[in-house]
Amino acid sequence: MTDTLNGAQITIRLLERQGIRTVTGIPGGAILPIYDALGQSSIIHHVLARHEQGAGFMAQGMARASGQTAVCLASSGPGATNLLTAIADAKLDSIPLVAITGQVPKAMIGTDAFQEVDTYGLSIPITKHNFLVSSADELLEVIPRAFELAASGRPGPVLVDIPKDVQLQVIDIEEWPTPGRRQSPPEPDGWALSEAAAMINAAKRPILYLGGGVVHSGASGEAIRLAEKAGLPTVMTLMGLGAMPVDHALSLGMLGMHAARYTNLALDECDLLIAVGARFDDRATGKVAAFCPQAKIIHIDIDPAELDKIKTAHIGITADVSAALLRLIPAVAENRRAQWLQRIADLKSEYPLVMPEQDNPLSHFGLIRTVAACLDDEATIATDVGQHQMWVAQAYPLRRPRQWLTSGGLGTMGFGVPAAIGAALAEPERTVVCFTGDGSILMNIQELVTAAEEGANVKIVLMNNATLGLVHQQQTLFYGERLFASQFKSTPDFIKVAQGFGIAAVDLDQAANPCAALMEAINRPGPYLIHASIDAEQKVYPMVPPGAANRDMIGA
Amino acid sequence: MNAINRHEQNALSRAVLEIDVNNHPGVMSHVVGLFSRRAYNVEGILCLPLDDGSRSRIWLLVNEDQRLPQMMKQVDKLEDAIGIRRHNADHAVFQNLENFFRG
Repeated sequence: MTDTLNGAQITIRLLERQGIRTVTGIPGGAILPIYDALGQSSIIHHVLARHEQGAGFMAQGMARASGQTAVCLASSGPGATNLLTAIADAKLDSIPLVAITGQVPKAMIGTDAFQEVDTYGLSIPITKHNFLVSSADELLEVIPRAFELAASGRPGPVLVDIPKDVQLQVIDIEEWPTPGRRQSPPEPDGWALSEAAAMINAAKRPILYLGGGVVHSGASGEAIRLAEKAGLPTVMTLMGLGAMPVDHALSLGMLGMHAARYTNLALDECDLLIAVGARFDDRATGKVAAFCPQAKIIHIDIDPAELDKIKTAHIGITADVSAALLRLIPAVAENRRAQWLQRIADLKSEYPLVMPEQDNPLSHFGLIRTVAACLDDEATIATDVGQHQMWVAQAYPLRRPRQWLTSGGLGTMGFGVPAAIGAALAEPERTVVCFTGDGSILMNIQELVTAAEEGANVKIVLMNNATLGLVHQQQTLFYGERLFASQFKSTPDFIKVAQGFGIAAVDLDQAANPCAALMEAINRPGPYLIHASIDAEQKVYPMVPPGAANRDMIGA
Repeated sequence: MNAINRHEQNALSRAVLEIDVNNHPGVMSHVVGLFSRRAYNVEGILCLPLDDGSRSRIWLLVNEDQRLPQMMKQVDKLEDAIGIRRHNADHAVFQNLENFFRG
């Protein structure tokens, strides 16, 4: 049977066929044909963001929580440029996203037409791949391909720019293409795997180093089994948190700039580092030459360009980490490693992570621990970017892959609220908590009204110190205490702001019983803003000074 | 890095990269963008379509640099790059072009 449809209708039909049920976005002139077609879809729910960056981060929240490719829409010009930060963020954290932007009609491209910008050119360095579609026919190939690319290999964002005349071009469709799916990666090299197993068996002081790739690959079960069988103490990157429960006997928590001292000191002593789905980011390694100086390195990653990029691996394996770990587990020997694990236990007791005032819900660590006590592992935890993010990474008992949504590589303030809304849209049965700061929340505060409109089950915990906390911290520690542009002279009344956007709010500073008020807010369905003042002098400790070796930590 | 003079430029050892790509607008931007965003200068470019025109071959003359293996991996990751091969600087493709490059 032949369908006669225009490019916009084809695009929406292809999204439906991909299994897309929720999209985020904001309409505008150059994407109105697509919105017209979207309005006729009975299958796809459109979530109207209040800023395109919010739409991009909501789609990211959906993708991060579910592992499925998510879609956001924007018009040409400012619509597209507003999306760019969310796309760049998805690139650095390897999040599968398909961004569809409207473009001025083909005949007007290059004329500086109204709301024309070179979206294709702008998005080259921040996408995994991008397309400028030149005919309605091409959509039948490009849209499934965009989904295939976003989800295959190392996931990432793909942008599809569609000129308005292509959206309006009517064609006959004889046959619909197969939806784009993740392509199976090649099998890992068996020889390299057996070499890796031999190195693990021969090592005296090995450490397993898990990155975000373990979460993306769904390999946390395999990673834990490998660690347990071979007796491997395990560190996680910021993106890898949740891959192994932090209270697992072998877990050393997060490594790097704000790790516990025992974590970085253990890495300093290790003789074999097994990097799995990790990319030796500078926040994880500190000064690279001094990172795990005694260690041989096994590096397993799906992206061959990550092997030998920062550190040369003794064994480099290009593979889906799940497949590689499945083959590695039977090849390694059972090993209790009593001596090394005793050394780890000694380091833990000698150099613990200091978390004062855990019982005081009005202190930074206490607030995080109290929120955790109100929830189980089914809750999803999002953060914005700053001191609060690092404190949550240090203190929240993350136990489940995809429980933790944070902007790692790009470190984008403003990520938290829209990403949390996206997570709540994707998994409405879960409670989503967004820890944020007074600096970050203002960067996408407009999405509070989207949360209200959607009734998203998002609890925003606002840790307000009236400063840009990490800037304040760095100026205090490394710029001679010359505080400049890091303290807000004027701060909004966030309770009124939230209420003005249609969201319930509570101020823990004023609550007679902060714990009870917190519990009540978290247990009430729908969006809620929970405000608490935080001492601006509190630092994220310990800390590796920028450029220093991880062993040289300062504070606490 | 940008301050080295022509004499020093000539003294650096070179490599020639041969890259087969899909032929459509934007592919050249993808390829050279990988170099420009790393402040890695491309000294010479030649590009012509192959056979039926659905593919092109790009020849790049670049300075030897410790980043070159990583650059080649990044090029190889491009969706529109079909293959990349590395040759020595004495490869014939950039020879006998002097007549077109007299100041």
